[in-house]
Formats: sequence, structure tokens, C-alpha cells
Amino acid sequence: MAATALSVKNIHKSFGSVEVLKGVSFEAKSGDVISLIGSSGSGKSTLLRCINYLETPDEGEISVSGEVIRTVKGKDGKLAAADKRQLEHIRTRLGMVFQSFNLWSHKTILENIIEGPIHVLGMARKDAIGEAELLMEKVGITPKRDHYPNQLSGGQQQRAAIARALAMKPEVMLFDEPTSALDPELVNEVLLVIKKLAEEGRTMVMVTHEMSLARDISSEVIFLHKGLVEERGAPSQMMRDPQSARLRQFLQMA
Amino acid sequence: METISNVIGFLPALIKATPLTLLLTAVAGVFGLVIGTLVALARLSGRRILSVPAYVFTFAFRGTPLLVQIYLVYYGLGQVLPGTWVRHSFLWPYLRDGLWYAIFALSLNQASYNAEVIRGAIKAIPRGQIEAAKSIGMRSSMILRRITLPQAFRSCLPVLTGDLIILLKTTSLASTITILEVMGTARMLQRQSLLIFEPLIAAGIIYFTVVFILTRVMGVVEKRLTRYRTAKA
Repeated sequence: MAATALSVKNIHKSFGSVEVLKGVSFEAKSGDVISLIGSSGSGKSTLLRCINYLETPDEGEISVSGEVIRTVKGKDGKLAAADKRQLEHIRTRLGMVFQSFNLWSHKTILENIIEGPIHVLGMARKDAIGEAELLMEKVGITPKRDHYPNQLSGGQQQRAAIARALAMKPEVMLFDEPTSALDPELVNEVLLVIKKLAEEGRTMVMVTHEMSLARDISSEVIFLHKGLVEERGAPSQMMRDPQSARLRQFLQMA
Repeated sequence: METISNVIGFLPALIKATPLTLLLTAVAGVFGLVIGTLVALARLSGRRILSVPAYVFTFAFRGTPLLVQIYLVYYGLGQVLPGTWVRHSFLWPYLRDGLWYAIFALSLNQASYNAEVIRGAIKAIPRGQIEAAKSIGMRSSMILRRITLPQAFRSCLPVLTGDLIILLKTTSLASTITILEVMGTARMLQRQSLLIFEPLIAAGIIYFTVVFILTRVMGVVEKRLTRYRTAKA
């Protein structure tokens, strides 16, 4: 049996008086692809952002390959990362791809990709460039190597952002609606790259609206509704035969 | 005709004074940028012990005329310092020179203006780019050094250049505390020659030439550093 790559336990998160997550748990074994689906406001993006503490959960526990992100309880009863250095180290093991790409606009594509390996991981520049070249080849942006992000189409930027995340050699990849900001004709090129990663056996957690993607590559689909898991299971079965009325309704609309 | 030859006659003395004007501009420009960046970061800090003094600093220095600041520093400190330990320290020979007071006042004044510009530029950086840096495990000091500040400086470079040119011309106020930079020299020439306009015209020509060169140089620098925004696909 594969080892647990990521464990998410009982995550709670409120923004002001709005409770966005009301205790969500799941686990990803090495090689799993987990899709988080749900209508907007269901808390799926917040859940993903809690995994690498871009949002600090109010309650709950995240662990990566068994290493728990250490926390302390603040005066308000909410959690905070106890050890910045540990959190930073764990973040290097979680690659994140954002909806709006978030490439650093003052750096070329190559510089975006080698930034982390050189400055965070301490890799030699020559080695970092060598690996970046392989990654650019893999996601198909080699000709854009010395271009700046604003010279690229959305699809190219997103593929570059995937390469940037992969360059850190993360144990788990997190995708936050990776195709939602793209023009329809550019969605496919990004989906192909994501599929390729899934086929390689990468552990991934993704928030997505692409139901066909979720069906094709997920090992588990989790349907969130109002901050709780409403239904979870194997994609084919869940989509063919949804148990809850809400999921049925959601699938009809998607 | 005589006027023109008089003006030309004054130029050599003013050209000799130009390095001092450039020195004032460069030193106050660099200090202004460094202090201004620190003040901007302090103002953006969540800690009130940093943000409040930074706010008061910029408010005070932008709200009062530079001439008042120069006088306060020159006459004020000039009165206070001799009564302190500074009088007998190695610093004293330097502190008798008006130049240091001018640099002090110009630097702080420039810092207050730069701070506001830099603060705005930092705030304008898309949050997502900071999150991307966090997500690969960068610590906050590195995010500041490698992502936030490089972009902030690039985006406000045109305004900083403008402020630097204003600074260059503002250094003429240093002439009021005995410094013989271009303006101070022009006033000395006025007294010596008993001519009113010609030394001023000659000084104007010098300032204009320096500003022209500086604008050109900064234009090239700007173009290089902001390629990422203007480059064509």
C-alpha cells in the first residue's frame, strides 16, 4: 500500500463571521489525484490554500509525508504556524499552481523557473538551468525561455507556472482552478500537461470546474458544499450515480 | 553682445562648481532612496511602533518647506551641537562645514518624498506574486529582496527620476548656508561683477545641461529595467 503523502484533518476556517470550512478531512496516498469540486462559495479554494498555509486554518492539522505543520494557538483561539522555518520548508515540498498564474512579471520564464531552486533550495545555477530546460521541454514552452510573462498567452503562462512549481521537486502538487482564467481555446493545452503529470503518478490535489478532467484523472473526487464534504468517491461512480441531491444538481449545471 | 560674452565668461567658474552640485544630488539621492525605502517599509508594517513614526516623518518633511528644514538643521544643530560631546570629537571639523547640514536636510527631505512613491509602488504589486513566492517556501526577507522591491523600484522609476531631477535643482537652496555649489557661485559672481542677470543665466544654462544629460541617462536605464512591461510578444 502506498504511503500517505498528504493528510488534511478537520480543517476549519472562518473569514469574519462567515464560516467557510466547517471541518474537512481527506488524505492523499502517494500517486493519488484528488479533485475538489463544488459550486463557488463551497470553500474548495480556501481548503486548498489552507494546505500550504496561504490561509492559516483556524483549527485542524496538515501533514506532508507524515510531518505535521506545527502550530500554536493564539489569544483568539485560532492557530498560527509555530515555526516559520518549518512552514517554509514544508511549502517547498508542496507545489502550487494558481488560477491567475502569478508568474513574477519582472523575470523571464527561465528566471521564474530557476528562482526557487537557486535561492530557496540552494542549487547551483548551472544545474538549475539544466533542469529548467527539461521542464520547459516537458510543458512545451522552450521557445519562450527568454520572454517575459506579459509576452505569453494565458495558456503559455500557466504551463510556465506549472514548470516553476515542478522545479522545486514537490511531493504534492496543488492546483487552484488552473484553467478558469483561460480563454476556452487555451484550456486544452494546460489540461494536457496536467493529464501528463497525473499519468506520471504525481500526487496532486486540484480544485477544478473541468468535470471531464476530474473524471478522467482523479482517483477520488470530493464534493464540497457549504464548507463540508457532501459526497466523496471514485469519479466514474460519483458522476454516473450521485447520491446527494445537491451533487446531482451541481453535475447537471456543470 | 556684451551680455553674451559676459555669460560665457562666467561659465568656467560655474562649471568648476558643478561637481559640488552633483555631489549633493548624488549623496542626498542615495540616502534619500535608502532611507525612503526603509520609511516606506515601516509605514507598511503592521506594527504601529514602526508605522506611526514613519507617517509622522513623511508628514512633517513633506509639509514644511525645505528652506525651513535647512535653516533649522544648520542654525538649530549649529547651536545645540557645540554644547555636547560632539564638540570635542573627531566629527567636529566636519560639522563646521555647512555641506553636512545641507546633505542631512536634503537627504531627509528626499527620503520623505521617495517613501511615499515607493510605498505606493509596493502596494500596487499583485498579491498573487507574493503568494507565489510564499508557496515555493521563500522567507519574507527574501520575498522583499527578490520580488517586492525589484518590482516596486522598476514601476516607480519614472517618478523617482523626476524626484531626482527636482532634487538636483533644489540643491541650489544649499547656497543659503554658505555652500558654493552652482547657485552659490553664481551669487558670488553677482557680487563680484555687480551684474544681476548674467551669472544667473549662466547658472541656468549649467542646470539645464545637467538635467538634460541626467534625463537622457535615466531614460536608457528605465528602458532597460522596464523591458518586461513593454516587450512585444
